[in-house]
Formats: sequence, structure tokens, C-alpha cells
Amino acid sequence: MDSELIRVIAFLVGIIAFAALNAAYLVWLERKGAAHIQRRIGPKEVGPFGLLQPMVDGIKLMTKQILIPDGVDPVLFRLAPILAMVPAIMSFVTIPFSETLVARNINVGLLMIFAFASVNVLALLLGGWASNNKYAVISAARAVSQNIAYEIPMLITVITMVMITGTLNLNEIVAQQPNISQWYIFRFSASPLMPVAFLIFFICSLAETNRAPFDLGEAESELVAGFHTEYSSMGFGLFFMGEYANIVIGCSLAVVLFLGGWQDPFGLYPGVWWFLLKLYLLIFTVIWIRWTFPRTQFYGLLNLSWKILIPVSMFNLLLTAGFLKVF
Amino acid sequence: MESQDLQPAIVQFAPLDKLIALGRANSLWPMTFGLACCAIEMMATGASRFDLSRFGAEVFRPSPRQCDVMIVAGTINHKMAPAVKTLYDQMPEPKWVIAMGNCAISGGPFVFPGQYAVVEGADKFLPVDVYIPGCPPRPEALIEGILELEEKITGSRRWPRVKCA
Repeated sequence: MDSELIRVIAFLVGIIAFAALNAAYLVWLERKGAAHIQRRIGPKEVGPFGLLQPMVDGIKLMTKQILIPDGVDPVLFRLAPILAMVPAIMSFVTIPFSETLVARNINVGLLMIFAFASVNVLALLLGGWASNNKYAVISAARAVSQNIAYEIPMLITVITMVMITGTLNLNEIVAQQPNISQWYIFRFSASPLMPVAFLIFFICSLAETNRAPFDLGEAESELVAGFHTEYSSMGFGLFFMGEYANIVIGCSLAVVLFLGGWQDPFGLYPGVWWFLLKLYLLIFTVIWIRWTFPRTQFYGLLNLSWKILIPVSMFNLLLTAGFLKVF
Repeated sequence: MESQDLQPAIVQFAPLDKLIALGRANSLWPMTFGLACCAIEMMATGASRFDLSRFGAEVFRPSPRQCDVMIVAGTINHKMAPAVKTLYDQMPEPKWVIAMGNCAISGGPFVFPGQYAVVEGADKFLPVDVYIPGCPPRPEALIEGILELEEKITGSRRWPRVKCA
């Protein structure tokens, strides 16, 4: 019992530290990546390679005035940033970093992550609504319609995955893919459309986390700063950290479901390093996409979901069901 | 004019204050905000040749709530001045103002007897911290202005000053 308590506290501290450090240093990676993609150097003066830049930004954000404008809803305005960060941290509980390094190896891990991921949208909506600002409200409406549109193909793809794996336990899903030919992205015996399913999942997780090219919620040219227009200081900082934590969650899920999690391609030394390697490759791809593609238009975004992703993922679901029945 | 209305703390924590000052100085996020041709030079400063991001100051925030420094880049008309004032008031403390270019310093070429359209200097209604002369100033001058502001915040300069030839 006592060691169980220590375990819980250790994982709690570890998960919060992992989420916060990831948020800080993904911002650094984003700025460096953006700079090199645009033939600039990026932050380099604050610490070696600008590595102290996230710390300095954190100090600045924490010591800035927290401004609560007149006319906002005082409770919801304060609650929304917390609501953006907490579900993201909660979702880390069931992510298996390695065979043993998982805070709670529960049977419905996949379901739990999607349950908490949905709360994130509520945070954006509350933040926009409580701000009493027309841009924030428009942005919140966009974020909600976008999330509804992209939750559907994502969940259909996940249902397909659950039909194949037969379990919602993330660690068991990883255990089923010991080497590269058995990774679910290449499991053609289950369905010939598995790489397409991975692509749909990845696109949807981009859209769910409001990342470019789907960052219509914070389109600067139209909506000032979107739902966090009225947030200063750490309120804005928490929205930002929540966004990065959600990227980590989305990419972790993609790694677990399709890319073999902590298993390595050749079955040699499975472990947490393989998980982190795959995770950061995917996160780098997310950053790469953001600085390469322009922002889509809103109807283009919804058309992509309702006219392409949902029919293709439905077809994949039926095809997989047929394959599972026949073979 | 005093740039901040903040009272000095009753109990002083010198090392912590220094750390906070370092934090503020090295993450000066400007506002996405340009009034005239100086704004083009400001954009060039952020782009690849001059690269303001080296000093951590490339995060041009669109919302005044998240900005630290307002770069008044260009001519302020009497019609525009209330909007500029509103934007300044919307920024949370601590905040700084850089007057970029001759128009923002004094009205520049628009000062002549009988002119009725142009505010003769941003310091007529804003507490300006750093003045950057030039018409428009080169991007190097804007970077020097940012470094000057960092010196004002921390009390020490990043590099030795370059002597004029």
C-alpha cells in the first residue's frame, strides 16, 4: 500500500514535469524549426543554442500582470486555462512509455484518453465565451465545429483499430506489434488501407489540437489571437502549454496505435527510448507541416472532413470488418 | 516621463529582481502593429536577413494582452492616435514603448507651419523608452534599439558598444 502511494506520487510528479518540460522545449523546437525552415537562425543569444529561451519566457509570463478585463465572466475566465491543461495531463496516465513505465495500465485506456481529450474543446469554448470578446466567440465557435467534424473520422479510425486489436488496453496493443512487419500501419492482413488509416488519424489529431494548417481558431489575420485574445500572462501560457501537451498526446497515441509504441523495428532492444524517438519524429513532422503549409479556408477544412475523411474512414471500417470476418 | 506606474516593492529581493529583469529583457514580445513605412523595416528585421528571433524578440503577438513592447513604427495621425492609445492601455504591465523612426520621434518630415494632421511625436501621449532615429531606421538600428531597451531593463549591456567611425 505504501509503495503504491509512492508510485502514484512519483508518476504524478513525473507526468507533470514531462508535460511542462515538453511544452517549454517544444516551443523552443518550434521556434528553431520555424527559423531554419525560413532560412533564419532562431533564438541563439539566450543560453547555448537559445536553450534558456523557454525558461526566460516562462519567467516573463509568470511575472506579467494578470489582466482580467471588465465584463468577462470572472469564474469561467479563470477556469478555462486550467481546464485546458488538466485533461492533457490526465491523458498521460495511460500512455505506456515502456512495458513497465506506465502510471495506470487500465483496461479502457484508449477510451479514457478520448474522454479527456473532448474536455479540451470545452476549455476553448469557455475561454472564448467568458472573454466577452467578439473575436474570441467566433474563434470558439470555429474550434467547436472543427473539433466535432474531426472527432468523427478519428473515432471511426479508432473503432477500426479496436476491432483489429480486440482490446482498449494500450500496453496490450503495443505488445501485439513486436517488429516492423507487425506494426499496425503495415498490418495489411487486417486491412489493405492501414497506412490510410494512419494518415486519417494523424490529420485528425492535427485538426483536434488546432494546429496549422487547421489553426482556424487562432487565425491572426481575421481573429486577432482567437479564443485567448483576452488572456495575458500565465492564462495565455496555460493555453499554450495545453496545446503542446495535446500534441504530445496525439502523437503518442499515433505511435502506440500504429507505430509499435515502445517496441523497436527489429525486436532487439525494446524500451522507452524507441517510444521517445518515434514520438519526437512525429512531433517534428507536426512542426514541419505547420511551417510549410498555409492555413486552409474554413469551408475547405469542413469539406475535407465531411466529404473525404469520413467516407474513407467508413469504407475502411467496413473493409476491415469484412477482412476480419473472411480471414 | 516615467515608463511604469508600478510602485517599487517594499521588501527588495535583489537576486530575484535581477532574474526577473533578465527574463523580461530577453523575451520582449512586440505587438503586430505598424503605422507606416517603418513597419516594412520592422518586418524586414523579423525576416531571414536580420533575424530578430536571435534575441527571443520575434514573437509578434497579435493581441495586446500578450505583448511586452509596443514598437510605434510610423507616422501617427491625429485620427490614429486614439487607437494607438487604446492599444497601449490594453497591454498589461510591465510594458515598454519604442518610438521607431523620425515621425514617431517628432513628426519627422510632416512638421511645418500650419500642418494639422500629424501628432508631432509619440511621446506627446505615450511614455517612450527608446527612440530609434532614421527615415526609416535600418533593421540593424531596430535591433540596436531592442538591445538598448534590454540594457534599460537589466542595467547591463549584452556586448560592448560599437564605436562610430
